[in-house]
Amino acid sequence: MTARNLPLIATLVVFIVAYALCAMQFPAMLSLRVVANLLTDNAYLGVAAVGMTFVIISGGIDLSVGSVIAFTGVFLAVVIRAGIDPITAFVLVLIITTLFGAVMGAMIHYLETPPFIVTLAGMFFARGACFLLTTDSIPIDHPTWDFITSLNYRLPGGGRLTLVAMIMLVVFLAGILVAHFTRFGTYVYGMGGNRQSAELMGVPVARTTVAIYALSSGLAGVAGIVFALYTSAGYSLAATGVELDTIAAVVIGGTLLTGGVGTIAGTFVGVLIQGLIQTYIIFDGTLSSWWTKIVIGGLLFAFILLQRGLVHVAARRRAAARMAAA
Amino acid sequence: MSFARSFRLSGTGAPQLATLAVILFANWLVFPEFFDLRMQDGRLFGSLIDVLNRGAPVAILAIGMTLVIATKGVDLSVGAIMAICGAVAATMASDGYSLPVILIAALAVGLVCGLWNGLLVAVLDIQPIIATLILMVTGRGIAQLITEGQIVTFTHQGLIAIAGSSFLGLPMPVVIAVVLGVAAAALVRLTALGLLVESIGVNRTASTYAGVDSRSVLITAYVVSGLCAAVAGIIAASDIRGADANNAGLWLELDAILAVVVGGTSLFGGRFSILLSLVGAMVIQAMNTGILLSGYPPELNLIVKAVVIVVILVVQSPVAGRLTTFFRRR
Repeated sequence: MTARNLPLIATLVVFIVAYALCAMQFPAMLSLRVVANLLTDNAYLGVAAVGMTFVIISGGIDLSVGSVIAFTGVFLAVVIRAGIDPITAFVLVLIITTLFGAVMGAMIHYLETPPFIVTLAGMFFARGACFLLTTDSIPIDHPTWDFITSLNYRLPGGGRLTLVAMIMLVVFLAGILVAHFTRFGTYVYGMGGNRQSAELMGVPVARTTVAIYALSSGLAGVAGIVFALYTSAGYSLAATGVELDTIAAVVIGGTLLTGGVGTIAGTFVGVLIQGLIQTYIIFDGTLSSWWTKIVIGGLLFAFILLQRGLVHVAARRRAAARMAAA
Repeated sequence: MSFARSFRLSGTGAPQLATLAVILFANWLVFPEFFDLRMQDGRLFGSLIDVLNRGAPVAILAIGMTLVIATKGVDLSVGAIMAICGAVAATMASDGYSLPVILIAALAVGLVCGLWNGLLVAVLDIQPIIATLILMVTGRGIAQLITEGQIVTFTHQGLIAIAGSSFLGLPMPVVIAVVLGVAAAALVRLTALGLLVESIGVNRTASTYAGVDSRSVLITAYVVSGLCAAVAGIIAASDIRGADANNAGLWLELDAILAVVVGGTSLFGGRFSILLSLVGAMVIQAMNTGILLSGYPPELNLIVKAVVIVVILVVQSPVAGRLTTFFRRR
C-alpha cells in the first residue's frame, strides 16, 4: 500500500521542496496574492487535468482536450456575439462537448481501437470546427459576462480568489468524491487495473468507457469556459498543446500510465508544480519561458522512471512471496 | 481480437493507389491545369511536382514511423526532433561550418534522439506514446536552447541547395524521400529485419522467447525514426533558410502517423509497408493541395483528416473484419 502512495508522496515532497527553494530566493512568493494567482492562472489546466486523470486511470488517453478547450472558447464568443445569453451558451457548449466525448468513447469501445488514434481524430475535428466557426480572435463583451468575470473573494493580504479558481477547486473536490466514493469511480479503477477481470466481475465496460470520455470532454468544455472567462476572448489557435500539459500534470501527480493506480489529489499537486515553475520563471525575469518545457520534460522523465522502479519492485516482491508460499 | 487481424484489405496497395488516383482526379476537376508540367531552368514545375515536394518531409517521417508503428509503438517526438536538428543545422550553417560537417552533426543529433526513445521503450519498458511524449514536450525547449530563442537564418549555399536544387528535373527533397524509402524498404524486405519487426509487433514476449533480440530491433526502429526526422528537419531548415524552433515540424508527427495509417500499416502492429506509407503521405498532401486549389478554407483540412482517420478506423476495426468474414462464409 505504501508503494502505491509513494508517487503521490514524492510529488508532494517535490512541490514543498521546490516551493521552499523559490520562497528562499523570493520571499514574496509566500504571499497569498501569489498563491491566489497560481490557482487562477492554472484553473483551466486543472479542470482539464481532472478529466484526464479519469481517462488515464482507466488505461486510456485523451489527446483532444486542447482542441475542445479552444472550440469551447470560439463557440462561446461566436454565439454570444450573435446575441445568445452567456448562461444558455454555457449549457449548450457543455452539451456539445459531452456528446463529442461520448462519441469518441463509443468509437473506442465498439471499434476496438486504441484511444490515442480516436482522440487524435477528435483533436483534428475539434480544431477544424473552431477554424470553420472563425479564424479571428473574437472578444467577448456582454453585461452578464462582465458580471461573472468580476466575481471574486477577497483574501486577507490583498489576493483575490477568482471565480475560475473556485470552479477549479470545486471540480477537484467533485472529482475526488466521484473517484473514491461512487460506483463509477470503482469501475474506472477496475477497468484500468485489468479490463478483462473487471468485465468478468460485472463492470459495464461499454457504458463506463463512453462515460469516461464524455466526462473528459465535458470537463474540457468546463476548462474551455474557464479559459474564456480568464481571457475574455475566443481564439481558434488557443490552448494548443494543453493536452500534453494535462498529461504531464497527471503523470507528475503520481498516476500510473498503465492505468489502475492514481489519485485526483495528486493531479492537483501536479498542476501546482507546473504553475510554480512558470511563476518562478516570471519572478526570475531573466529565464526564457521555454525552460518551463525542459523542466516539465525532466520531471516527467523522473516520475516515469520512479513509477517503473516501483512496478519492478512490486513484481519482484510478488514473485518472492510466491516462491515463499511454494 | 487477434484472429480478425488476418483480414487483409491492403495487401497489394490497390486501395491506397486508387484513393490517390481519385484525389488527383478530383484535383484535376476543380483545377484543370493540375497535371500541367513545364520545364524551366532544368527542373520541372507544376501542381503535381508541388504535391510531391511539399509532401516529401512527411513522407520521410513516415518511413521511420512505419517501422515504429509496426512494432506496435508510436513516435510522437519526430516533430520536435525535426526542430532540434533544424536548429543544429541552421546554427552551424550561420557559423560557417562546411556542409558535410553540418549534415553529420544534425544526423548524429537525430540518432541520439532516436536512441533515447529506443532505450526508454526497449530497456526501461515505458509505453511508446509516453516515452516519446517526453522528448515531444522537451524537444522544442532544447531547440530554443540551441538557437538561443531566436529564429536563426543563414546564407550557406551548400545547405540551401538541399531543398533548393534538383536532380533529373525533380526537386531534391522528392529524390531524397524516394531514395530513402526504397532503401529502407529494400533493407527490411531483403533481410530478415522486416520479419523480426512484424513478429515483435504481433507479440513481443513470444518473439523474445523465440529468440528474437527484440530490444535491439526496437531500438533500431526508433533510431531509424530519429534519423528520418533529422533528414526532414534539415530539409525544412534548408527550405526556409533558417530554423524556427517553435514552428518547425509542428504537428507533423500527426501527419506522419496519418500517412502510415492511410498506407495500410496496422495500428495493432505486425503488418506494414514502407512504400505504401509514402503513397499515404502523397494522399494527404494531395488532399491539402486540392483543398487549397478548390478555394475552400485551408482550415477544412483538419476536418477532412479527422474524417479520413474515422473511415480507416472503421475499415480496419476488428468488428469490420468479423463482419466481412461472416459475409464471406455465407
